[in-house]
Amino acid sequence: MKELTYHRATDAAEAVALVAADSDARFLGGGTNLVDHLKLGVARPGTLVDVSRLPLDAVEELPDGGLRIGAAVRNSDLAAHPVVRRGFPAVARALLAGASGQIRHQATTAGNLLQRTRCVYFQDVTTPCNKREPGSGCSALGGYGRYNAVLGASEACVATHPSDLAVALTALDAVAVVLGPDGERRIPLTELHRLPGHHPERDTVLDHGDLVTAVELPGSAVAPASTYAKARDRASYAFALVSVAAAVDLDGDVVRDVRLAWGGVAHRPWRAYVAEEALRGAVLTEETAREAAAAELAAATTTDQTAYKVAMVRNLTAHTLLRLAGGAR
Amino acid sequence: MSADIVTQLVPDVVDARAMGRHLDRQDGVEKVTGAATYAVEHPVEGEVLHAWLVTSTTARGRVLRVDASDALDHPGVLRVLDHESAPRLADTEDRELTVLQDDRIAFRGQIVALVVATSSEAAREGALLVRVHQDEEPAEVVFDEHSATYAPEEVNAGAETDTEVGDPDAAFASAPVVIDATYVTPHEFNSPMEPHAATATWDGALLTLHDSTQAVHAVRTTLAPVLGLAPEQVRVLAPYVGGGFGSKGLPHAPEVAVALAALALPGRPVRLAVTRQQMFALTGYRTATRSRVRLGAEPDGTLLVVRHDASSQTSRIKEFAEQSATAARMMYAAPHRATTHRVAALDVPVPSWMRAPGEMPGMHAQEVALDELAVAAGIDPIDLRERNEPEVDPESGRPFNGRRLVECLRVGADRFGWSGRPAEARARAEGDWWVGTGVASATYPMLFSPGNTARIRSLGEGRYGVDVGAVDLGTGARTVLVQIAADALQVAPDCIDLAIGDTDLPFATVAGGSSGTSSWGSAIAAAAQQFRHDHGSSPDPGLHTTAASGAYADTEGHAMHSFGAVFAEARVHRWTGEVRVSRLHGVYSVGRVINPMTARSQLLGALTMGLSAALHEEGWRDPRTGHVVTQDLATYHVAAHADVRDLQAEWLEEEDHLATPMGSRGIGEIGIVGTSAAIANATFHATGVRVRSLPLTADHFLDA
Repeated sequence: MKELTYHRATDAAEAVALVAADSDARFLGGGTNLVDHLKLGVARPGTLVDVSRLPLDAVEELPDGGLRIGAAVRNSDLAAHPVVRRGFPAVARALLAGASGQIRHQATTAGNLLQRTRCVYFQDVTTPCNKREPGSGCSALGGYGRYNAVLGASEACVATHPSDLAVALTALDAVAVVLGPDGERRIPLTELHRLPGHHPERDTVLDHGDLVTAVELPGSAVAPASTYAKARDRASYAFALVSVAAAVDLDGDVVRDVRLAWGGVAHRPWRAYVAEEALRGAVLTEETAREAAAAELAAATTTDQTAYKVAMVRNLTAHTLLRLAGGAR
Repeated sequence: MSADIVTQLVPDVVDARAMGRHLDRQDGVEKVTGAATYAVEHPVEGEVLHAWLVTSTTARGRVLRVDASDALDHPGVLRVLDHESAPRLADTEDRELTVLQDDRIAFRGQIVALVVATSSEAAREGALLVRVHQDEEPAEVVFDEHSATYAPEEVNAGAETDTEVGDPDAAFASAPVVIDATYVTPHEFNSPMEPHAATATWDGALLTLHDSTQAVHAVRTTLAPVLGLAPEQVRVLAPYVGGGFGSKGLPHAPEVAVALAALALPGRPVRLAVTRQQMFALTGYRTATRSRVRLGAEPDGTLLVVRHDASSQTSRIKEFAEQSATAARMMYAAPHRATTHRVAALDVPVPSWMRAPGEMPGMHAQEVALDELAVAAGIDPIDLRERNEPEVDPESGRPFNGRRLVECLRVGADRFGWSGRPAEARARAEGDWWVGTGVASATYPMLFSPGNTARIRSLGEGRYGVDVGAVDLGTGARTVLVQIAADALQVAPDCIDLAIGDTDLPFATVAGGSSGTSSWGSAIAAAAQQFRHDHGSSPDPGLHTTAASGAYADTEGHAMHSFGAVFAEARVHRWTGEVRVSRLHGVYSVGRVINPMTARSQLLGALTMGLSAALHEEGWRDPRTGHVVTQDLATYHVAAHADVRDLQAEWLEEEDHLATPMGSRGIGEIGIVGTSAAIANATFHATGVRVRSLPLTADHFLDA
């Protein structure tokens, strides 16, 4: 069998030092994705540095009304946290829309953000995949495409990012706190994940040895009026066909502020800035919501297999915003 | 036990005392506590080895060279078998079972090498290290309306390929109301929880196979000649099986592979568990089907003509012809009728049995077509079915054994609350959901497998051993056979020690075709009745009788079928098109229900599988490579718990003593028949959008 070294880190700095020094080392969080990859041969690290037991499992309230979520907080604990449920419902709903109860008990906050695409070709080592094996080609182009990206894809990769949580955090302007060999830095969620371009093997802007230690959610007027909606191929335990994280602050019928992010449409959680801009100051109606979504989707590229996503995300965006507006009144 | 004298007799009717009542699952405690041992868990003597399959990555071509040097260097790897080094098989006529005998590659995922190691981890790693150089040839892997097809000699279950009565084309051309539509079902995969797996040991004289199978004797009689062994040199055991749904009804290539490994390494038990991904190529599947259905009717819905032209795919190396159009031969009255089956032979894995092969895809097509006819003629779908109820079996001209389809429909309609249903589609919305209801008929033939044999042994103190080589693949067979034996011997169920799942036990046929309980139970009834005849009511310990059941059912005098009606309420999301089945009710006429708990479980399970086929299941075969890329349970969706809402199954009280001495017929498959049609019809009623392909995914209803 492929032998590997397992190291249980005692603090974050040690974990970073261990991984940074060894190009063959990987962080191990809840393992719900990486362990599958070990079995499938998708990932073949020589060393696993277990960071799931680091003291990064607290959810702390910040003075501005925001939250600091430790990287090792389990998905189920975060979804059940009263402040999350009350102040950031999109986050709780996104978590509960993902995976299964068993997986949510195991999966960590940072691990959720850094999980890899479920593109069937990425997970099958007998097929070419630029993300798994750079330069080998993209099997999903011209292959199974139901879950492929419609925004921001490249000729090298049409994969989508699978996380629900990341979509909600992207909408709510969360920031990832990252510890690297040269110290700590803060990366907005909107900039954490990449578009594939010529390097689909890189999901994020993180470098080898960078460890996400926390996610910070800023206090915000819109976050309490946020939600997450997900369309999927079965009622539970399925990745998003498309999903919408939304928050809206209304002055009567007029949109004072809005946050909108989409899942299932791109290589990263897709913050819909164009749609937000179109909606700010507008009267919120089904029509204006659809038009705003359509403006964002003007750049979409589809195939026979993905054409539905454009209509679906447009509809779901309108539906979600109208429901939020209904709840707000 | 010494060779038994086997009496063959037709059993008498068995009076029901335990039958029809609840009895706890006989193996329930073992299963929920984990004490039940499955195929690769059976404790065996000797140092256990582990095998791992290496499979082709091309759909058609040849193996040029298998480079096992790196694999053999890996610690723990003992042997790599390929087409040159594997032991030779004696009979290579069945090319599905011709494993590692030549360099031909007939489909993607075919076994091209086998790694044997001292641990499963080492075997798996060894398999990754084997380099198989393959020469790729152009392959045909796409089954669609353009595929070249041929007429097979016969179709699955020995049915006729084509039938024609009257002048169907002329009748269709002149019919006042017509439906002409093509319905498509996708590749579906059985996906039992326990993968196909086996532990094989060759001691130089006897091959012992702990197998995950629905038929221990069929595995023996199939594999022995392939391996060049006498049947007595193969013992197959399957005390517990974690599901099969037909995919374990016949041995597949992995069983040959593990036997080859055992033969190559005498004295060492070898375990092989097929991976979930490999199951999508090596263990059978339901072929995609295309059904063109033409119905012609009077304005009042009276059918003048039924025409069902079905096609499916098979593998170039072995024919399997799904009998999708056979139900159209007997379901409804019509003076003119035609059915045809055509098959496209492709460079793909071999299709096989999956719960209700034929009836499931065929009745989906027919029952959706009937719904379309109801809409076209402006008739209630239940009235339409009742109007076309035949006096006798349209296919054979024989009377039915007790056709209670209309009762199932009427009882079901009452329970479901059908009356008051809006005639128009898209008439009801609740919140964000369009809501509709649909109905479909179900049917399944009463099948009986001849040759089953059982042995009754007196154990003293009123206890009896009952031996039959049957298999319980999770159905409850182990429990209902105790009930049958108890009633046949006129003792209490706790006086019965039942032994099943071993070829050392008397011959039994497959747990398939919903025939197991009927066939094995008849043999138990025959043996018990003969035992009482031979040894009386107070037999000394050690006395025993073995008997085979002759054909009991009056199949010459009657057309033997079960019937049912399925009702579905579907909700289609107005914004996303997502479909939820909020209610799914089935009512069945299946003869006597021997154990209400296990029977309900079978029917609910099959309804769930039908729901799953309706909404989720689709194996997506990459047209470029012939590879099913949705090859795990994260991407090949089956219904999750959240998809199953109000689910109910009930049955009409009856005893069918034309069918079996127990009064029962089979129940394993009928629950999946018509279910997807009822759901498809409900989605049409909800939205006005008629979807003629499965699964009914959200994108179909997005513009609804």
